[in-house]
Amino acid sequence: MYEFKYHRPATVRQAANLLIKNEDAKVIAGGHTLLPVMKQRLAAPPHLVDLSHVEGLDGIEMKGRSLVIGATAKHADVANSPIVGEAIPALAELASLIGDPAVRHKGTIGGSLANNDPTADYPAAVMALGATIVTNKRKLKPEEFFQGLFTTALEPDEIIVKVQFPLPKKAAYVKFRNQASRYALVGVFVARRPSDVAVAVTGAGSEGVFRVTAFEEALKARFNAKSLDGIHVPHDGLNSDLHGSAEYRAHLIGVLAKRAVDAANGKA
Amino acid sequence: MAKISLIVNGNPVTANVDPRTLLVQFLREHLRLTGTHVGCDTSQCGACVVHVDGKAVKSCTTLAVMADGHEVTTIEGLAADGAPLHPMQEAFRENHGLQCGFCTPGMIMTAVDLVKRKGHDLSDATIREELEGNLCRCTGYQNIVLSIAAGAKAMANSDRA
Repeated sequence: MYEFKYHRPATVRQAANLLIKNEDAKVIAGGHTLLPVMKQRLAAPPHLVDLSHVEGLDGIEMKGRSLVIGATAKHADVANSPIVGEAIPALAELASLIGDPAVRHKGTIGGSLANNDPTADYPAAVMALGATIVTNKRKLKPEEFFQGLFTTALEPDEIIVKVQFPLPKKAAYVKFRNQASRYALVGVFVARRPSDVAVAVTGAGSEGVFRVTAFEEALKARFNAKSLDGIHVPHDGLNSDLHGSAEYRAHLIGVLAKRAVDAANGKA
Repeated sequence: MAKISLIVNGNPVTANVDPRTLLVQFLREHLRLTGTHVGCDTSQCGACVVHVDGKAVKSCTTLAVMADGHEVTTIEGLAADGAPLHPMQEAFRENHGLQCGFCTPGMIMTAVDLVKRKGHDLSDATIREELEGNLCRCTGYQNIVLSIAAGAKAMANSDRA
């Protein structure tokens, strides 16, 4: 790991000022993506701004009809939170499938979203649930926030503060894990929302998370796994690597989407 | 350099460290607590698991400066020198839960964390699922699973968490 200067702000405002003052500074929270990348010398930020001492940034609460999760809430907090379990059990389930127990004690929802790894789990939930990403500057919808491989709308001095999830009527996440890395080879989040249905896919797209509108329209007409019979996802733009071809991933999207609809309908 | 103060195995420790020092480096090279191992160095194998404020974390993927103000427990902190082993350590010994021993400190720290979170009556399936972040290249896991189930029960009858 190359040398860096370490900063520990007490507030989001202080953190943002540090980002403005120090060019190429990076925010760190759990560090479970950033530190491995720095150890491999794939990243060498001259400054690290640690958010873990900013108070009130890791809360989980219901606000009106939305579940609000603070940016530094850890995966284990989300997985075990009775509030999340009650409001959006699919989100608690998703958090419980990230990494392993020790990783879940450190990794954060804000870190996962800001990194926008194409195989990360949270982007699928945020996209399918139509969550709002609240930063120190503005509110962003998922379609604006996610901008392709490891790329987001976040500006250099912009920090995710919290994520607001409107409650779905039903939802489920089904993940086909890469057996070695535990990342999603393909993950499908299905949400039956008050006025429509959203299906978001992670792990498969070469530009990161995306929605499958053909599935959404079929499921809006009838929210049943059978509605997806005969609808095929084109494999253009899907990842192809030693873990699975684009054709295989396209097939998995269909299989997992059906399982997710069954799970959302309470059929295991 | 950054000044850090933390509690390690019950003892207050203050040190000046380069901010890029990993927690595992600090424990092994500064404090000479070499029971915590570096296996893969990529947060996958779990040989470096320690407890920070009572929760299992991978110390190869934590900066020492991030442990400032926190409480760290390593394998050395489970039982004092000369004192009887911690029930989980004893269970690994009794059930032959190790061969080369390299992964054992991380296995035991993960197991103690698991018992704290999921209680003393653990099914094989739960133990196997929870061990997904700890790799062992010798045992085939069978005796590790037996050891953890036995250690979890033994911890119920012990005053040591």
